[in-house]
Amino acid sequence: MIKKEMIAMLLAGGQGSRLGVLTAKVAKPAVAFGGKYRIIDFPLSNCINSGVDTVGVLTQYQPLRLNTHIGIGIPWDLDRNIGGVSVLPPYEKSKDTEWYTGTANAIYQNIEYMDSFNPDYVLILSGDHIYKMDYEVMLDYHKEKGAEVTLAAMPVPLEEAKRFGILITDEDRKINDFEEKPENPRSNLASMGIYIFNWKTLKEALIANASQPSLDFGKHVIPYCHGNGAPCYAYEFNGYWKDVGTLNSYWEANMELIDIVPEFNLYEEYWKIYTKSDVLPPQYISADSEIEKCIIGEGSQIYGKVYNSVIGCGVTIGEGTVVRDSIIMNHAEIGAGCELNKAIIAEQVQIGDNVKLGVGEEVENETDPHIYNHGLVAIGEKSVVPSNVSVGKNSVVSGITAAEDYPDNYLPSGKTLVKAGDKA
Amino acid sequence: MRAIGIILAGGNNHRMKELSQKRAIAAMPIAGSYRSIDFALSNMTNSRIQRVGVFTQYNARSLNEHLSSSKWWDFGRKQGGLSVFTPTVTNENSSWYRGTADAIYQNLDFLKESHEPYVVIASGDCVYKMDYNKVLEYHIAKKADITVVCKDMPAGENVDRYGILRMNEESRIQDFEEKPIVANSNTISCGIYVIRRRQLIELIEKTAEEGQFDFVKDILIRYKNLKRIYGYKMQDYWKNIATVEDYFNANMDFLKPDIRDYFFRQYPDIYSKVDDLPPAKYNVGAKIRNSLISSGSIINGVVEDSVIFKDVFVGNNCTIKNSIILNDVYIGDNTYIENCIVESHDTIRANSYHKGEGDIKIVVEKNDRFVI
Repeated sequence: MIKKEMIAMLLAGGQGSRLGVLTAKVAKPAVAFGGKYRIIDFPLSNCINSGVDTVGVLTQYQPLRLNTHIGIGIPWDLDRNIGGVSVLPPYEKSKDTEWYTGTANAIYQNIEYMDSFNPDYVLILSGDHIYKMDYEVMLDYHKEKGAEVTLAAMPVPLEEAKRFGILITDEDRKINDFEEKPENPRSNLASMGIYIFNWKTLKEALIANASQPSLDFGKHVIPYCHGNGAPCYAYEFNGYWKDVGTLNSYWEANMELIDIVPEFNLYEEYWKIYTKSDVLPPQYISADSEIEKCIIGEGSQIYGKVYNSVIGCGVTIGEGTVVRDSIIMNHAEIGAGCELNKAIIAEQVQIGDNVKLGVGEEVENETDPHIYNHGLVAIGEKSVVPSNVSVGKNSVVSGITAAEDYPDNYLPSGKTLVKAGDKA
Repeated sequence: MRAIGIILAGGNNHRMKELSQKRAIAAMPIAGSYRSIDFALSNMTNSRIQRVGVFTQYNARSLNEHLSSSKWWDFGRKQGGLSVFTPTVTNENSSWYRGTADAIYQNLDFLKESHEPYVVIASGDCVYKMDYNKVLEYHIAKKADITVVCKDMPAGENVDRYGILRMNEESRIQDFEEKPIVANSNTISCGIYVIRRRQLIELIEKTAEEGQFDFVKDILIRYKNLKRIYGYKMQDYWKNIATVEDYFNANMDFLKPDIRDYFFRQYPDIYSKVDDLPPAKYNVGAKIRNSLISSGSIINGVVEDSVIFKDVFVGNNCTIKNSIILNDVYIGDNTYIENCIVESHDTIRANSYHKGEGDIKIVVEKNDRFVI
């Protein structure tokens, strides 16, 4: 008989629209992070490091990159005879076929998958946070408390609490009440979107609420369980946890990795983060280059000067180019004599010679000021930027652009330039 | 594919000096992220050879660890796969491998139980890319019994540690000498052979009956007039790393853009075991000039014209020049290293000074890494 004590379900179907052009072609969990990783590597590595060897990954939005990245799970040692990693896209049924309409709806549509492992507990994760957590310790807590639902939660500054789902607990951490993004929070304990359910409790709740449109854990399933008297507990987590849901928080989290001893340390032997490495060779740093406060991925070739930046794998940075405070993802090519400031360059972008990014005044972005702010410049995946142009702050470029798209060779701050096409 | 592969990863020699103590040459780290045997293994998988046997007996721990999973070279297949053959005690035999032919003889079942008609034999201590199918096609076209891959070395280069051969106009090998004092040709054998599997079994059995053990001396050289042995000239980059000097130069070759481009960026790729290391990190004070740096390393000092392997820590105010730092080395603050090869897992105390004068110095320093 197949039996797993706890299996994980990883929600990776969302677009993550607040990352703007970075998620135009890939789902948020597949976005590159920290030089060589992708965001989903963190929950997946946590799973295997915690002894959870059965993980269902729910995909929906732009899944190609995720599928190729996960494969059969070799990098995370999740290629198993029984269990391992399974990618679970929405599928057609004899009636009532639908997309995944909400977080819990996605789990509901995969009851059969979970049942096949005969689990006692189900761990619900989301694919958009950077953290290291031992889910086994959380499970011990769950059992010790006699809980049916345990929510991982972390204390946040009270003024930020209104951005989160807030848990109100007694002194034993038993949950009395929930508040979703409250104006006047009664507690500073924010839910991290990590739940452990007793499988029986979860299954019953999913079936009972099946007809609820956009069935959601925070809005429907957990309140339903709580309302039915299932003991719900908060598991307090005090380690590093970062939501990289916005362009600026994504940029910040990357920059934090550069500190001498970063709060989130990738260099510890214990609790390794695994990823699919498709580039192996060492990186080459030329005789005329300068590098300070950077992390750089495999196979990159640096001929320019790079300061305070996170560079992915297989990146080329041309001679005389100066890169500051920027993120450059895998296989991007930056020409010679460029100047990059606070730029986020997505994968396989091609930038010509003498290009200046992030120059000029701070001006609010014309189309999406809530996405492109803090003076960042974002260049979408496989975009082409011609030589000899400048791009201002809070701006975004995507697609194959040519010199005529830049009047006077200049795209002013706050502009959005979206063209068709991908770099071949 | 029509061939199986044999990789001779047997030994080590005094020419590697202190570097030989820990491992077979085939397991020597090279080019920052690889081990020497990766080149032969990757060439085999890229030539679609699916069944490969690696023969080794010299301190095989490093090598076994590297080969602990065959998946990195895509050999984890139901058809074929990767086997490592170390000497074993049996009823009939209790000796070490007494030579390359003996190594194959002691594991002759590997050959007998295969069904592919040809065998590609390669050694694990050379750096090159090659499609063995080209050699095989040549072998068939020439109706050869054995084909030896060879290379013309630049005139004046010392070739006395290689097998030296001379061919006639048809490329049939006329002369073959192993490590001659005075070489009469600058064409050397690259240690890569193609031979029909049944032919190999026959030759190996006969050689064993006669109490002889070496593939080159007792088969190639003895049979060169009887069998049709042909040479296949290789034009591309090829380097044997079996001396300290060659090992050092082979690593330094990867600082040249054309060689880097050939191995790292052009199809096909060279594969290696994935170590799950974070990206390399450069802190304040890092100054890098013309160097290769591998993942997992943390650099706080000056590195010039050097190859830094994986998981290396370079402390504050250090200077490393024209050197090779192997895997997992810790270098304490204010250390100066020039013209050296620093052995893997070394811990070098702060304020050390190492400089190779004339020759390359091999630094082996095993100190406690963390003083509590």
